[in-house]
Amino acid sequence: MSMAPLFLIFPAVAAVLAALIPSNRWRPWLLPVAGTLHAALTGVALVRPEPLSPTAWLALDPLGKVILLVVSLLFLCCSYYAAGYLRSRSEQPNRVFCICLLFFLSTASLVAWSRHLGLLWVAVEGLTLVTAPLIFFNHTQQSIEATWKYMVVGSVGIALALLGTFFLAYSAQHAGHGASLMVSDLLQHAPALSKPWLHAAFVLLLVGYGTKMGLAPMHTWKPDAYGEAPCVVGALLSGGVTSCAFLALLRAYHISVAAGEVAYVCRLLLFMGLLSMATASLFMVGQRDMKRMLAYSSVEHMGILVLGLGLGAPALFGTLLHVVNNGLTKGVLFLSAGNIHRAYHSKSTEQVSGAMQRVPLSGTLFFLGFLAITGSPPFGPFISEFLILNGAFRSGRMVVGALFLVLLLIVFIGMGATVLKIVQGRPSIAARKTSYRDTVLSGAPILALLVLVLLIGVILPAPLAALINDAVRYLEGQP
Amino acid sequence: MSNFFNPILVVVLLLNLFVLGTSRITSVIRGVAIQGALIGMLPLLLPGHVSRGAFLMAVLTIVLKGVVIPVMMNRALRDVEIKREVEPVIGFQASVILGALGAVWALLFAGRLPLTEAHADSLVVPASLATVLTGFILLITRFKALTQVMGYLVLENGVFIFGMLLVQAMPLVVEMGALLDLFVAVFVICIIVNHINRAFSTLDTRQLASLKE
Repeated sequence: MSMAPLFLIFPAVAAVLAALIPSNRWRPWLLPVAGTLHAALTGVALVRPEPLSPTAWLALDPLGKVILLVVSLLFLCCSYYAAGYLRSRSEQPNRVFCICLLFFLSTASLVAWSRHLGLLWVAVEGLTLVTAPLIFFNHTQQSIEATWKYMVVGSVGIALALLGTFFLAYSAQHAGHGASLMVSDLLQHAPALSKPWLHAAFVLLLVGYGTKMGLAPMHTWKPDAYGEAPCVVGALLSGGVTSCAFLALLRAYHISVAAGEVAYVCRLLLFMGLLSMATASLFMVGQRDMKRMLAYSSVEHMGILVLGLGLGAPALFGTLLHVVNNGLTKGVLFLSAGNIHRAYHSKSTEQVSGAMQRVPLSGTLFFLGFLAITGSPPFGPFISEFLILNGAFRSGRMVVGALFLVLLLIVFIGMGATVLKIVQGRPSIAARKTSYRDTVLSGAPILALLVLVLLIGVILPAPLAALINDAVRYLEGQP
Repeated sequence: MSNFFNPILVVVLLLNLFVLGTSRITSVIRGVAIQGALIGMLPLLLPGHVSRGAFLMAVLTIVLKGVVIPVMMNRALRDVEIKREVEPVIGFQASVILGALGAVWALLFAGRLPLTEAHADSLVVPASLATVLTGFILLITRFKALTQVMGYLVLENGVFIFGMLLVQAMPLVVEMGALLDLFVAVFVICIIVNHINRAFSTLDTRQLASLKE
């Protein structure tokens, strides 16, 4: 029996339980329970893989495994953090928040398990819907505005992705193989797919799922949504939702490459990647709002992922490793930024300074997270970004490689200026009086994520390397 | 393809231009409702696609797009007492011309996409692309939250039209996809419209500008 239904049903059951529990105090504890159970299930699914059936709608292929791992680890840490966070916000009803977080887990797992592009689309649509109320948690005017933008821009992207999915199905139908959206069917018949339809489909899927990832110029919802959402949600959006959307793009890439359209696809991906990195670096310099800064950092890293994909085979290992690194490091940054936000009641550098003194643990973790995400050794992203750069030079794209380096440098300087303002100096009198102190629940999950990022950078655990190598082979080879 | 298919699609294209050109929001709602009801009928005109399930889906689509959503929209409109769209970024006449140019581009571009024999001579692809473009123009150039929701619905209609090429081969995917997208997105957007209304006492998205760089 396949494990897939378990992944989908148990978070949904937990969500129903969350709806039934009347106590605002105890309800959030369902989250760590569900997170731990999910991580355990993921462990079992990764250690004891089931044979990949080509006709199953739900199956875990090597690409799905990487994404499932990221989502599961990130959710595990976020769930413990969320329990502490919601306890400190006990005046705010959290029923809808808990239900939506649990459904997030369900739909994100569905994305990872889907081997049918129609089902994958439904899952990404579901992901958009369950995350909208999460952004709205604080019920302020700004959070309404952010949710509105998130829904409008996100729904348009999702509609275009559906059109792209239809185009892909039609390219198979035109080839005389019957309309199919099974990944295995499409891969098998890839060389015969109708090329004009395939090209149009890829563009629509890139724009559609790219909107969900937050690639420039479709990133406009991102700073608002990340800026206004509670930090836990920011972490899950920037590490989880974006990774899920990237998986959808990986599927489109895989099929196009199998169809022999590498040149067409890579040109588009390289362009979008560099554009996103450039846009992010532009807005990152002089950014005064730390959460918006993190949002632009997310735009930048989505750019890096797409760029890495565009470089093709030499950079694939680095790109897939970067999905893991980005997901985990974004968790460190958003959660520690959330603690700083709570300590200062502000997220602007005008009020926030001296975080290292005011909240030593969170301030230090935030600073280390900054070093990690900008690709400083010895953290994980250094390895993956270096591999992508290496891939650029090995595939003979010197200009792309050089631009990549320059943009990384600009981002490092721009982000560094803001981060140093936050962590250095002396905290204001007002900030010393707020009630927040670092606790085990608000610190340990971040520390755990940072240790993972460090581990990837220092030794790159062999099982992870094997997992990613599998995924690379799967992407390069025929099914 | 049935004899009635192309005439309906021509009406859909004309409705696109009508929606772009009118400044009264009630007219936009009515135009989009008629368009939605018309394309809801399309699956029933496909040869060999008359089953109980297909009939049920068609009725559901028509009721949702033609009655439920317009009524919801009209109610929201009455609550905020706005009647006209303010002068958009691109004027009404200019957007009609833009829409017409979009339709021409759609016709030319669709010519480059090969169709299977069963679908040759059908207007499905150009009508779908032109409708998607119309939705885009509405979304980008209009300020009222309600008109933007309408823009999204038009875009959705465009995707639905394209689904007609596939609905026989994969009915489940097309119908569920289109319906889920429509229903849930509009549902959530309506809630947000409600919240925007209460918090800002306006449905003008220009008020939603506090989060600018």
